[in-house]
Amino acid sequence: MKIASNIVIHSGRIVDPVTGFDDVDDLYIVDGKLAGVGEAPAGFHADLRLDAAGLLVLPGLVDLSARLGEPGGEHKKLLQSELAAAVAGGITTLCCPPDTEPALDEPSLVQMLCDRAAAIGLSKVLPLGALTHKLEGRELTEMAELRDAGCIAFSQADAPLADTRVLHRAMQYAATYDLPLRLRPQDVRLAAGGVAHDGEVATRLGLAGIPTIAETIAIATIVILMRDTGARVHLERISSGESVEMVRAAKSYGLPLTCDVSIQHVHLADVDIGYFDSRARLSPPLRSVRDRDAIVHGLQDGTIDAICSDHSPIENDDKLLPFGEAKPGASALELLLPLTLALAEQKHVSLNQAIGLISSAPARILGISSGLFENGSPADITIINPQASWCASPKALRSHGKHTPFSDMELRAKVVYTLVDGVIVYGKESLR
Amino acid sequence: MYNPQLNRHGELAHLLSIEGLPPHLLRKLLDRAADYVAAGERDEKKHTTLAGRAVFNLFFENSTRTRTTFEIAQKRLSADVFSLNISASSTAKGETLLDTIHNLEAMGADMFVVRHAESGAPFLIAKHVRPGVAVVNAGDGRHAHPTQALLDMYTIRHYKGDFHNLTVAIVGDILHSRVARSQIHALTTLGCPQVRVIAPKTLLPRDVQQLGVQVYHDMREGLKDVDVVIMLRLQNERMNGALLPSANEFFKYYGLTEAKLALAKPGAIVMHPGPMNRGVEIASAVADGEQSVILPQVTFGIAVRMAVMATLAETKQ
Repeated sequence: MKIASNIVIHSGRIVDPVTGFDDVDDLYIVDGKLAGVGEAPAGFHADLRLDAAGLLVLPGLVDLSARLGEPGGEHKKLLQSELAAAVAGGITTLCCPPDTEPALDEPSLVQMLCDRAAAIGLSKVLPLGALTHKLEGRELTEMAELRDAGCIAFSQADAPLADTRVLHRAMQYAATYDLPLRLRPQDVRLAAGGVAHDGEVATRLGLAGIPTIAETIAIATIVILMRDTGARVHLERISSGESVEMVRAAKSYGLPLTCDVSIQHVHLADVDIGYFDSRARLSPPLRSVRDRDAIVHGLQDGTIDAICSDHSPIENDDKLLPFGEAKPGASALELLLPLTLALAEQKHVSLNQAIGLISSAPARILGISSGLFENGSPADITIINPQASWCASPKALRSHGKHTPFSDMELRAKVVYTLVDGVIVYGKESLR
Repeated sequence: MYNPQLNRHGELAHLLSIEGLPPHLLRKLLDRAADYVAAGERDEKKHTTLAGRAVFNLFFENSTRTRTTFEIAQKRLSADVFSLNISASSTAKGETLLDTIHNLEAMGADMFVVRHAESGAPFLIAKHVRPGVAVVNAGDGRHAHPTQALLDMYTIRHYKGDFHNLTVAIVGDILHSRVARSQIHALTTLGCPQVRVIAPKTLLPRDVQQLGVQVYHDMREGLKDVDVVIMLRLQNERMNGALLPSANEFFKYYGLTEAKLALAKPGAIVMHPGPMNRGVEIASAVADGEQSVILPQVTFGIAVRMAVMATLAETKQ
C-alpha cells in the first residue's frame, strides 16, 4: 500500500537534464505525481515539506543493469538488501539481467520477481527476460509472454550467443513483436578462457587475455543482423575505443542502435588491476587507458547513450581468490551517482549531461516516463547533497556485495532523499 | 605504487616476482648464492640459518625439479620442512586457498613456498599472511617464476661474467611461459642491453616488446651473434588449440639444432629450465653438447634458493 500525499520540495536546485532547467525553486507533488515547479497547483495543501536548501533535486536515477541476486539468493534476502542499496544510491528504477538461478526464462518466474519487488516497494524493478531457454543459446524463450509478464527487454546477460543462426532468428522473432533486445557484444570463442584485457598489463601479469576483437567482431555481427532483421538493439557495456567508433558509424547510418557503458569502465583501466586486485576483475574486462579515454569521448559526443552500474553483489568467498578464479563484477548501485557526477566535476561533461546519462537517457531507452521531470510523470525523485564526501568501505555499503575497485577512493555526493511515486523510500523521513 | 614484496625499509619481505625488484637486491641474492656455492665446494653444505623455522612447500600444481631443489635448499639451511600435495587434499574438499593458508599459519608456519596454476596466487597469499611470514613464488600460472630466473641469471653470470655486453635470446612458447617473463625482467633489470624473443606469432603475448625485448620470428636471424640461448619447454597441448600445426614443424623452424646454434657467437651457452622435450624444442646433440649448461643450472638452483630463503628469514618486519 502506497502512502500518497501532497509534498513540496522546498528551495532545492532543480536540475532537469531534458529541458536544461537548472534553478533553485520549489517542486510540487500531488498523489505520487509531479505537479509543477515554482507555482503551487490550484488548491495545493502540503502534507509534507522537504527542505532542500543547498541540495540538488534530480529526476530519479534509472539503472540499465543491476543484479539483484534473485531468484536464487532468497535465503540471503538479497532482493531486500540490493533494493535498499538502490534507493540509497538514488536509483528509482532498475533493470535486472536474467542470469539468475533459475534464469528468467518463464513468465511465472518473472511474475514472482515483480511481485516480490513490488512488495518490498523500494526501487522499481524492470526484469530483462532471457532470450533463450536457460540462457543456453539454443531454444528461444516465449518472448511475447514474458513481455506480458513484465519483461522490458530481452538479453543473454553475460552468456552471449555463440551460434549466429540462433542470434539471427532471435532478432527476427523479437522484431516481429518489436521487442527490444539487450545484447552484450562478445564473441564467445575469442573470449574463451580470458580474464583480462589482452594488452600490455595482461602480458606482464601473465593473465589470459580477452582481445578487443572479441567485442568488435560481435558488434559487426549484430549491426549486420540489425540491418537484415530490423530488430531494435541496445548494446550492453561496451568496453573499447574501437567499439565506440563502430557504434558511432552504425548510428550515422540511422540504425536504431543504442549502447551503454558501466561506470567502472568510465573511470578505470587495466592498469588498475595493480598486483592482481580481484576487485578489478570485471566483465567485460577493464581495457587500456586509451580505451577508457575513448569511452569518455563517446559519452561527451553522445555516441554512448547511458551509464549503468553493472552492479553485482559478490560474496567474499567468490572474490578473495586468485584473480583468474575470482568472480567478475563489482558492487556499484551506491556508487553510480557520485562516480557519474565526478565526470562533471572533472569537466568531461556538464552537470546536466552527467545526470541525463543516468536518468533521462536510460529512461528514453526503456521507453518509461520515470527519470523525467514532466507534470503527470511518476514522482520519482532523487535529492542529493553534492558536497558530502564519503568512502565506499564495506561498512558504508548497504548492498550485500562489498567489493568495489573504488573502495579506497573518496567519493563526493550523497543521497539525502529518494522518492518513488511520491513516497520517501530513502532518507531521514522515510515512510517505510 | 607500493611493491608488496618489499618492507618499508626496501628489504625483501617476500619473493613474488622479479619485476619491480631493484638491481642491487638481485645482485645481493646472486652474491649470496655464490657464497653458498663456494661453501659447498669446501664441503660446508649444512647451515643453520633456518633452524627452528617451519617452511611449508605448497605445490598446487605438480613439479619435480623445483620442489626437490627447494627441499634440498631448505634442509641445507636446517629448516623444518613440510611438503604438502595440496591438489590431493584440502582444496579437493572445497577448502579455499586462504583457509588452507590460515590453518597452516595456526600450525606455526614461518614461510610458504607456493606453486599455483593461477597467475597472482602468491600475491593473494602474501597479502593475507601474518606479518613476519614470508612467501616465495615457486611459479604462478603464466606470470612469474622468480627463483628460476635468478638461477638462470646466476648461470649466465657464472659463464659470461657480466650482463652489460650480452645478447640473450629466449626461444619458444613465450605466451604461456612464466619463466620467460621472469627472465626478461631479470635481464633488463641487470642491465642486459639486448634481450630477444624468438617465436611464431601464436606463441607471443600481445605487446610483448613493451617488456623491453626485440621480437624475431625467424630463428636463424634471431640467433645471430647471441651469447646466450634460452630454450623453453613446449607443452604438447599447444598443438590442440590451433596454436601450432605439429611438433615436427615447430622443431624444424624453432628447434635448436647444432646448425642453428652455429649462428650464435662461438662459446655461446645453451640453457633450458627443464623438463626438456628432446626433438621438439631442442636436439639431443645440443642438449648434451659442449655448449649446454642445462645441468649446472639445476645445481645452481639449490644455492640460489638457499640465498632467497636465507635472505627472507633475515628480513625484519
